[in-house]
Amino acid sequence: MSLSTIWVHAEAQEGKVLTVTLELVSKARELAGNVEAFYAGDDADAIAGTLGAHGVTKLYTTGGLDGKLPGPALAAALAAQIEGGNAPDMIMFGTTYDGRDVAGRLSVKLDRPVLTNCTDIGVDGDTVTVTEPIFGGTTIVDTAFRCDPPHIGLFRPKSFEPSESGGGAAEVVPIEVPDLGATGAAKLVNRHIEERQGPKLDEADIVVAGGRGLGESGKFEMIEELAKLLKAAPGASRAIVDAGWVPYAYQVGQTGKVVKPTVYIAAGISGATQHLVGMKGSKNIIAINKDEEAPIFGVADLGIVGDVHKVLPALLEELRKRVG
Amino acid sequence: MRAMHVVVCVKQIPDPATPGELDPTTKTLKREGKLILDESDAYGVEMALQLVDAAGGGEVTLVSMAPNSEVSGLRTALAMGAAKAILVSDDSLAGADALTTAKVLAAAIKRAEPDLVMAATESTDGYTGTVPEQIAELLGLPSVTFASHVEVRDGTLSVRRQTEAGYDEVECPLPALVSVTAGVVEPRYPSFKGIMAAKSKPVEELTVADLGLDAGQLDPRQEIVEVAPAEERKAGEIIHDEGDAHLKVVEYLEKLKVL
Ligand SMILES: Cc1cc2nc3c(=O)[nH]c(=O)nc-3n(C[C@H](O)[C@H](O)[C@H](O)COP(=O)(O)OP(=O)(O)OC[C@H]3O[C@@H](n4cnc5c(N)ncnc54)[C@H](O)[C@@H]3O)c2cc1C
Repeated sequence: MSLSTIWVHAEAQEGKVLTVTLELVSKARELAGNVEAFYAGDDADAIAGTLGAHGVTKLYTTGGLDGKLPGPALAAALAAQIEGGNAPDMIMFGTTYDGRDVAGRLSVKLDRPVLTNCTDIGVDGDTVTVTEPIFGGTTIVDTAFRCDPPHIGLFRPKSFEPSESGGGAAEVVPIEVPDLGATGAAKLVNRHIEERQGPKLDEADIVVAGGRGLGESGKFEMIEELAKLLKAAPGASRAIVDAGWVPYAYQVGQTGKVVKPTVYIAAGISGATQHLVGMKGSKNIIAINKDEEAPIFGVADLGIVGDVHKVLPALLEELRKRVG
Repeated sequence: MRAMHVVVCVKQIPDPATPGELDPTTKTLKREGKLILDESDAYGVEMALQLVDAAGGGEVTLVSMAPNSEVSGLRTALAMGAAKAILVSDDSLAGADALTTAKVLAAAIKRAEPDLVMAATESTDGYTGTVPEQIAELLGLPSVTFASHVEVRDGTLSVRRQTEAGYDEVECPLPALVSVTAGVVEPRYPSFKGIMAAKSKPVEELTVADLGLDAGQLDPRQEIVEVAPAEERKAGEIIHDEGDAHLKVVEYLEKLKVL
């Protein structure tokens, strides 16, 4: 451990710090003597406590962005800090929509590479190395930064365990957003929140996911009901998200959510590598597929070779009796 | 109504159906043999064609960086209806990282002076997912990433941008960059006529020197130091449903104490 300062991109929803932020902060604490965070939003004070409890000493904030998108604004604000001499050794982002935007813009401003899809990070002397799964998670590569710090990395959610350090609230430090010129011209005019009941997909203890094997959009109701009976979150393969059966927020996999529940039930999902990379960290996996050769069986603890249109209705019937 | 000139960044990749491979010496992605149009880019091409149509004039120009003067993927997009292509092919770009790729694409895009630049949110083979935003910053453009719906009204973009909780409505003046998700539109299949026409559409081929970029600016500053197969998860019990498999599931859930 030889880094002195790491910065972490802090994100929050309705005043609650995202889990991925806490995961990164907790990992950063192992690698550097000082962990600081940066945030675009008008409620930095509300999140300074949680961040401090996880080890953040300072929280830089641009304040609310008045409809500007975080990508250009936060990148410009950070670049100005760094040019002014306030520079960390490493800047960590979660793989989120805004995280990717800020990291991409910042990499150009600092003329530094950004390494993405990282699931681990190690420090050896001056060398910072990150780990990324490639080819849909079948091969793991370690990549070292070969340039001067600060290094920039985007990390997949669920790569690290969040843990508290018992620190007091982080000190909130306002930072300026320089004039963005044309890059700041995009304006947020409205937010749409899709209502979802039950636990969040990436936090649920049980996930019940459906795929193209359900046959038609209406059959996803079986997945929804099963999820409800098990107090689980419903999830989906990309095939049925692309087909418009369910919203994107349901997608599990490389380009969707990474989930690691106690139980993952995959019904009518083939188990493409891009799907597996999002769920094979689950503690227990149950798969239902009519094709004995489906790759999903290669990772299942309990594999059922059968028709979802027979197994799921029978399972629902049985659970209704028990849970009612 | 004013004409819309749209540049779509497209990647030509090895067929995703064949597993990827790293070159054992350079540890970079092998991109030999025939390359095809990355399916993720078909959405941007289609979206661009529809926006040009809606504007009542203009055209779609493709910009791609690929080894060995590869054009087969470009021909697919030209067959869909793009007017022309700019291809940057240069041996010095083998193993280029995301920032280098963005610098090269940005320099090529500048030549086309588009009203709008489109890209996929990430490529299918490398999926670093930062190139569009890097291009926007290099060109000094505003951007809207992860677009699931795109319209242009009176020279202003109106975009739905995916978020964790749903989507944001974002408005943005042109010129700008937009990255689109799969499903933003349904890509058309090239018609026979389109395929024939594509054969004679212009593809301008450029080197790094033609773009006025200095090779020193493009050196990779990261190095793959280790490659290993991912840990395999072991398969467990497999049963064939004889009408009672659901009871097995219930039993299993009870054993885990989640029921
Ligand atoms: C860049 C990239 C990123 C991607 N990201 C993701 C991602 O994040 N998440 C993701 O899921 N995918 C992703 N994919 C897509 C992935 O490659 C697969 O296409 C997708 O996961 C397939 O979904 P599926 O299993 O529902 O459909 P299919 O592969 O069509 O499988 C359907 C399965 O249902 C079974 N079946 C059919 N009928 C029945 C029945 N009556 N009863 C039981 N079983 C039945 C079939 O045997 C089959 O195995 C990505 C692909 C690319 C190229």
